[in-house]
Amino acid sequence: MRPAAAIESALDAFTAAPEAQVAAQRLLGLAEEVLENWIAARGETPTAGTSEGFRLLALHRQGARGVPSFNACRETCREIAYHYNLLCAEPDHALGARRQQMMAMLTKHLALFVSGKMQVEGLGEFCCASRPLRQESTQ
Amino acid sequence: MADTPSQDKRAQYKRVAYYPGCALEGTGHAYNRSTKAVGKALGLALDEVKNWNCCGAMEVKNVDPKIQTYLSSRVMSIAANEMRAEVVMAPCNGCYHNLKKAEHDLAHDEASRSVVDRLSQKAGHATYRAGQVETIHALDWIKHGLGEDELKRRVKNSLTGLKVANYYGCMYTRPRHIFPEKDQGPGSESTSKPHFMDDLLAAAGAENVDFPLKTACCGGAHTLSDSDISTKLVLNILRAAEAAGADVIATECPTCHSGLEMHQVRAEKVLGQKTTVRMLYFTQLLGIALGLSPRKVGVHENVSDSRGLLEAKGIV
Repeated sequence: MRPAAAIESALDAFTAAPEAQVAAQRLLGLAEEVLENWIAARGETPTAGTSEGFRLLALHRQGARGVPSFNACRETCREIAYHYNLLCAEPDHALGARRQQMMAMLTKHLALFVSGKMQVEGLGEFCCASRPLRQESTQ
Repeated sequence: MADTPSQDKRAQYKRVAYYPGCALEGTGHAYNRSTKAVGKALGLALDEVKNWNCCGAMEVKNVDPKIQTYLSSRVMSIAANEMRAEVVMAPCNGCYHNLKKAEHDLAHDEASRSVVDRLSQKAGHATYRAGQVETIHALDWIKHGLGEDELKRRVKNSLTGLKVANYYGCMYTRPRHIFPEKDQGPGSESTSKPHFMDDLLAAAGAENVDFPLKTACCGGAHTLSDSDISTKLVLNILRAAEAAGADVIATECPTCHSGLEMHQVRAEKVLGQKTTVRMLYFTQLLGIALGLSPRKVGVHENVSDSRGLLEAKGIV
């Protein structure tokens, strides 16, 4: 499992590959690594299980447990899974390169969202919560 | 095929209590202006909630979630008990979300009911009871109050040739349990793939592009704590819209809209990353399609100047 910054760099360097399935597998792996980072940071072991055929969705479910605001990236994960399916089902499609690019952007969005959440982890129960900061200042 | 709104809803949404919320008096002023202008053009009446207050935005719940429930309930109480309204329309995703959440809490949580009752008595107004009003978004208002077929009939200035990425943000559909009317099959909104804005703009002639980040986080909540993350999140949304072929990102939330506009500028200044896609509120696009001038719907108030694009497309 690479750290978030390394995953972000890998995504920035991503270019569409001739073999759509290889690219799809690589991007799905990066997305899973993003969620592994989040789960590990919370002191848990990332699940090896799957949900609806995707480990990514099982990891999201695990990562959102007790953190409702983490569901803000649920649809992003589902779109990543959808694009994976598109690329694997139609590897020679005329829009293949654009689909790879879009899957990379979705994965990048997941990486950015999760790294933001990790930076503010423990700072409240919602994205912009600041209760612990305030509590610290009044202690 | 376009959904046909029920006659009941059409009649019910013909005149609604309007809760603009704080953002629409500030950075989202163009949304306020265009919502009112479109309502007038479509014959959908808005009665602004008298002496309304802040819904609690994103901050109050961190102090005490029940205070937030009270603040939102007061708005609904005024609409129900003083204005005798059946429907409150909130165009801001944050306000809409908070009113829906208060409605849910008051229907399911005795402790919330008790706090709201106590504070309402102290403040000297009637306590809001769950179910007294229905809270809707501006998208519901036009979609069900008029419908695509009628909208199409009234279009004077088709948006043909304009490629639009519809961006809903994350609060319009989340969490799902506070929106019981969504995911109810044909005619209802979807929480995973919302489409009401797509439907309305398609009726106005626009070409909607496939945009997989339509409900992704815009980083609005990180804006103050971590501007760089917000800028990167927005930049990714802007680039994805451009990669999807969009000329314009249509928005329906003042916070998302401001975030997209401001971080587009910041991305260019700080990261040296320029994007050219423009942002317009869906009400601005509908207003233009209905024949209103760009000025009338506040296009000049946007940071992202789309007048040149609209002219180049032959729309204005």
